[in-house]
Amino acid sequence: MTAIQTRPRSTRSQPRNRIWDAGPLTKVVLAFALVLSAFPIYYMFIMATRTNDEAIDTPPPLLPGGHLGENIQRLLSTEDAYFATGLINSAIVSITVTLSVVLISTLAGFAFAKLRFRGSKILLGLILVTMMVPLQQMGIVPLYEMMVTLGWTGQIQAVILPFLVNGFGVFMMTQYTTQAVPDELVEAARVDGASTMRIYANVVLPAVRPGMAVLALLTFMQSWNEFMWPLIVLNPDNPVVQTSIAALNQAHGTDYVMLFTGTAASVLPLFIVFVAFGRQIVGGLMEGAVKA
Amino acid sequence: MTLNVDTPAPARRPGPRRTAGHRSPGRGGRGFARFDLRATPYFLVSPYFLLFAIFGVFPLGYTLWVSLYDWELAGDKTFLGLDNYINLITDGAFWNAVVNTLGMFVISTIPQLVLALIIANALNKRIRGRLFFRLGVLLPLVTSVVAVAVVFTQLYGRDYGMINWFLGLFGVDAIEWQNQSWSAWIAISTMIDWRWTGYNAIILLAAMQTIPKDLYEAAALDGASPRRQFWQITVPMLRPTLVFVVFISTIGGLTLFTEPVMFEGNPTMAGGATGQYQTVAMFIVKEAFRDFDMGYASAAAWLLFALILIGTLINYSFTRRIGGKK
Repeated sequence: MTAIQTRPRSTRSQPRNRIWDAGPLTKVVLAFALVLSAFPIYYMFIMATRTNDEAIDTPPPLLPGGHLGENIQRLLSTEDAYFATGLINSAIVSITVTLSVVLISTLAGFAFAKLRFRGSKILLGLILVTMMVPLQQMGIVPLYEMMVTLGWTGQIQAVILPFLVNGFGVFMMTQYTTQAVPDELVEAARVDGASTMRIYANVVLPAVRPGMAVLALLTFMQSWNEFMWPLIVLNPDNPVVQTSIAALNQAHGTDYVMLFTGTAASVLPLFIVFVAFGRQIVGGLMEGAVKA
Repeated sequence: MTLNVDTPAPARRPGPRRTAGHRSPGRGGRGFARFDLRATPYFLVSPYFLLFAIFGVFPLGYTLWVSLYDWELAGDKTFLGLDNYINLITDGAFWNAVVNTLGMFVISTIPQLVLALIIANALNKRIRGRLFFRLGVLLPLVTSVVAVAVVFTQLYGRDYGMINWFLGLFGVDAIEWQNQSWSAWIAISTMIDWRWTGYNAIILLAAMQTIPKDLYEAAALDGASPRRQFWQITVPMLRPTLVFVVFISTIGGLTLFTEPVMFEGNPTMAGGATGQYQTVAMFIVKEAFRDFDMGYASAAAWLLFALILIGTLINYSFTRRIGGKK
């Protein structure tokens, strides 16, 4: 019961139609897209290994240099950016937010997908509508006053709390649960006397694990990226990694290599996640898109 | 599907009415099973709605309230009625921000969608290393927005930037990308496009793969060229997904914030010396947290929402026309 195959993987039989074969133009398009996608990232990592003098050479350097260690040391010892604090804070924020969003979304997604209750359609519709509202920007003044009242400005719980739920997560898990968990399975468990929570734990959770993974990765990326709200509610001495880079940019904008070392370090965790789970991310995005 | 809990009885009165009892086991826990069936779904969705009420609905309503006042953070609050809105509508700075936001939205979204369509079509072909290419075009999405902005701002640097160096090879004089609105708009739009084109391509690719292959077969038999097949079959069949992609781009584009803020280097929210790339989101933050005029900022937030509504509606009717012949 733990391994429910939800989608037939590329079993499509491709009829012979020449438009499916990649011609030279297709190859050029893809190669071009790949180079354009990768270049700025490559450039960022290259700059992190160079000195400032080398960084402003013409033509600019395109191969790694030998100054990475020294740049990292300089970055960590820069006082007004609090870079290490920013990294730790971002990790705490992103992990907490991800756990919360995944738990709350799977619970609600299960209810919307497999349980019948009065008002479920209206409630789900409400979530869809609110996904359209840029809540973060519209509610920024009251949220700030709320944090002032609670005395939480400058502390990371102020960054965590507004992101604990996410309408997109509920919507995605509703879609995923609908297709990943057969109705018969839920009913059979019910007949066997399982309570709703037991069905959630023993039937639903094992089946929706791939969907949870994709949601977790997307949520982690999103919270790691959060910029506007932390910029407003946190103080410079207790930043998240993104605001710490903004501070670096402001105070040391001409110290290119340090700035690039910081940005490289800030995307490294995301790349590690991407390299490890890239296939699932692509699969999840494609699946979500088709069913949406 | 025979499970039916939709009884007409009001939830408050647990009367003797039968609910779905016939489905629950005949053993001891009948009362619990009935309670479980009725109440647990609400328990499961309540964490979302509870937190959403506190951090979503409440701030939204409160913003409307604040927008009717001359409201400073700790200072006096004077009721103004609609004055904030009236002042905004006649405020050149606000309209400047609106024009910048719309301008960057248009010049980033159109190339982005065209490129995404082209890339998705290429990814849909039979080619070796498909997964590799898919991962490759998604790579930018995994980079943080701040990092993108830092890298591109350096690339667009006047003296040492790689783009001016490259243009210089063709005899183009160094451009001060930040100084004019057109150049700043282009610079910022490329940041957006670089990060999102691949994502949109993947979404469109997913939709392309659901188009029945026999449509193409039939078209090929009728002698339709690949290009014709693309325009007459692929694009019209993608309409729902295009609507979705445009919808997401509209919200993202009209709430643009991080890229222009990082582009200015110093987060003053001014968007350049003459506000040549200040967006509405920056305007809101500037009014609220630099000038401490919370009421004015709140009114601007509601106008931003109105802008998004209008934008979405226009785009929706626009995208509906795609493949309208079908």
